[in-house]
Amino acid sequence: MIRLEKRKEPSKFWRIANPFLAVALTMLAGAVMFAILGKDPIVAIRLIFFDPIFSETFGSYSRPQLLIKSAPLILIAVGLAIGFKANIWNIGAEGQYIIGALFGAGVALAFFPAPGWYIFPLMVVAGAFGGFLWAMIPAILKTRFNTNEILVSLLLVYVAEKILAAMALGLMRNPDIPGFPGSRDLRRYEAAHNAEIFANTGIHWGVVAALIAVIFAYAMMTRHMLGYHVRLAGQAPRAARFGGVSPARLVVICLGISGALAGLAGMFEVSGPGGQVRIEFASGYGFTAIIVAFLGRLNPIGIVLAGLLLGLTYIGGELSQMMLQLPSASIQVFQGMLLFFLLALDFQTNYRLRLTRGARA
Amino acid sequence: MKKLLTVGVLCAALAAPVLADTTKVGFVYIGPVGDHGWTYTHDLARKAVEAEFGDAVQTSYVENVGYGADAERVMTQMALSGTNLIFATSFGYGPDVNTVAARFPNVAFEHATGYIQEADNVSLYNARFYEGRAVIGHIAGRMTQTNKVGYIASFPIPEVIMGINSAYLHAKAVNPDVEFNVVWVYSWYDPAQEAAAAEALIEQGADVLMQHTDSTAPLTVAQDAGIMAFGQASDMSAFAPESHLTGITDVWAPYYIDRVRAVKEGTWKAGNVWHGIVDGMVGFAPMSERIPEDVRAEAEGMIAAIAAGEYHPFTGPINKQDGTPWLAEGETAPDGDLLSKDFYVEGITSDIPN
Repeated sequence: MIRLEKRKEPSKFWRIANPFLAVALTMLAGAVMFAILGKDPIVAIRLIFFDPIFSETFGSYSRPQLLIKSAPLILIAVGLAIGFKANIWNIGAEGQYIIGALFGAGVALAFFPAPGWYIFPLMVVAGAFGGFLWAMIPAILKTRFNTNEILVSLLLVYVAEKILAAMALGLMRNPDIPGFPGSRDLRRYEAAHNAEIFANTGIHWGVVAALIAVIFAYAMMTRHMLGYHVRLAGQAPRAARFGGVSPARLVVICLGISGALAGLAGMFEVSGPGGQVRIEFASGYGFTAIIVAFLGRLNPIGIVLAGLLLGLTYIGGELSQMMLQLPSASIQVFQGMLLFFLLALDFQTNYRLRLTRGARA
Repeated sequence: MKKLLTVGVLCAALAAPVLADTTKVGFVYIGPVGDHGWTYTHDLARKAVEAEFGDAVQTSYVENVGYGADAERVMTQMALSGTNLIFATSFGYGPDVNTVAARFPNVAFEHATGYIQEADNVSLYNARFYEGRAVIGHIAGRMTQTNKVGYIASFPIPEVIMGINSAYLHAKAVNPDVEFNVVWVYSWYDPAQEAAAAEALIEQGADVLMQHTDSTAPLTVAQDAGIMAFGQASDMSAFAPESHLTGITDVWAPYYIDRVRAVKEGTWKAGNVWHGIVDGMVGFAPMSERIPEDVRAEAEGMIAAIAAGEYHPFTGPINKQDGTPWLAEGETAPDGDLLSKDFYVEGITSDIPN
């Protein structure tokens, strides 16, 4: 007879071990899935996890690409994790990402074609502000009217997508190419281009920003009073209230930080790898970042590792499609499995299975 | 084992791309190969290329590739893996195709429905779908009882707008009372949105649906509602046996086989083609029994006239929506006009969203 027993203290060992176990289980289940699809599972796993980094043919190109793909994930996830720790659920980072990109691109297009060193910093500020503003909608609705921030932030993603389409077709449309949606290519406007800082490394300002955000988040969560409040509010909301933590203030701060970081990610993307405001600009980073935050245990360092891993599955996923003709949906299944296994395994952080002899129900 | 062999061959090809006599052809798709619309037809053509050349050609594809950084990365990886010819099969890949093409001057790029040609290894190809729209517009005008035609449109770009204009003009020519309701879903492939649009149009009284989106969802809705509809891109009659009248089909195989052969023989040169019914790039799904004999004969007559070059679907006099003249009596629309046009013709009552 197997019995579930609640642990007195959540297990530290499993907290750390589970993400690794989840990755291993995902590889295993993925291998089974690939085998059922009639593909060689070992080759598929190798293409997804190893070839983007180690292959002679692709490595020199894929390694920098890994940074390009992971940086926005990490930047967004770091912000989300702070809120998640305090039980404040910003599910709409995708929308904040879009609005941040629009604010950043808006500044660039307003100055076009003027040169000026100050344009790019202004775009950075505008991008962060745009994301912050969009996150303030669920924040204020929650603190004033007690609405659910999960629903409001999620639904605002769809609003942001409509605004994006309207901008690409209207106000921000490139006037030099009549009839076609999409803004000017910011990569061809030097003052606004988020170019690689070192050629062929993939390191652009978004990567630098992600790194800074990780360091700040780490310092804040471990050394600063605010980090203590966040953790307290998440673990013991009543105690936090008695301790003088204002829940409303915390909601505004957490949503504000995560919104600003998501907005920054969008701004760095639109002025760099993305290049222009297009109807299809949003590519789901805001949602994938939720997986990254959880896989990284809401810990800034963990998030860096998780972001790199998810970035790897994107790039490796494309390689496996190209070389093995795996359907693209199987990569999404793969990413979904990662979160699924992690959540399932987390069960044993709080509970333990006990074998008992002779017990009767 | 066969899979392992394939990978082995791939690795060998990677090591010596110059020596390989297998030509490697890559396809970049915007949607899933199972959409039964746009991407599905490109994948049919890919399979036709494989069937035509056998072992002498090896194809690969990546589906659901977004515009921008993702497309750039996929095409770069294809080029790095020794691909000789890359078909980028969606309009929005334009800037990405040109960026990657500049980096790999020895790889040939073919971009569908694009307009940017900055590197001399970028070729453009497109189909004159407006010719097909004219024919189904004619059929719609003859078949509608409520005089209301519902049109599910993707994005307000010239390609889509010229399709609406062409269908409307030819419906109007045979039915002066006809009205077009257009719903924009801002997606090429979104079954849920397309179905919702179809339902809204039916509620507004449409008894014939047309779509410029790729899923079969509108046809399913039409079938359930017992009204008529046209398919898109491939023969979709199986999804709505009673409702499906006919549909424009995209036939890419002849062009793809042609271009692959050119690469194999070393004669490939960047071009810019816009093929129509006469070249076989625009085809039609079988016409339903539901279309009366005389209407079918008219439609077939129009197809023959367009193919023979005797009739151009945009022949004046045609006014713009605001009443100002566009084409004079007997004048036909220049290609440049069609490709950059973002206005409706006179008679359409709604506005193009902006």
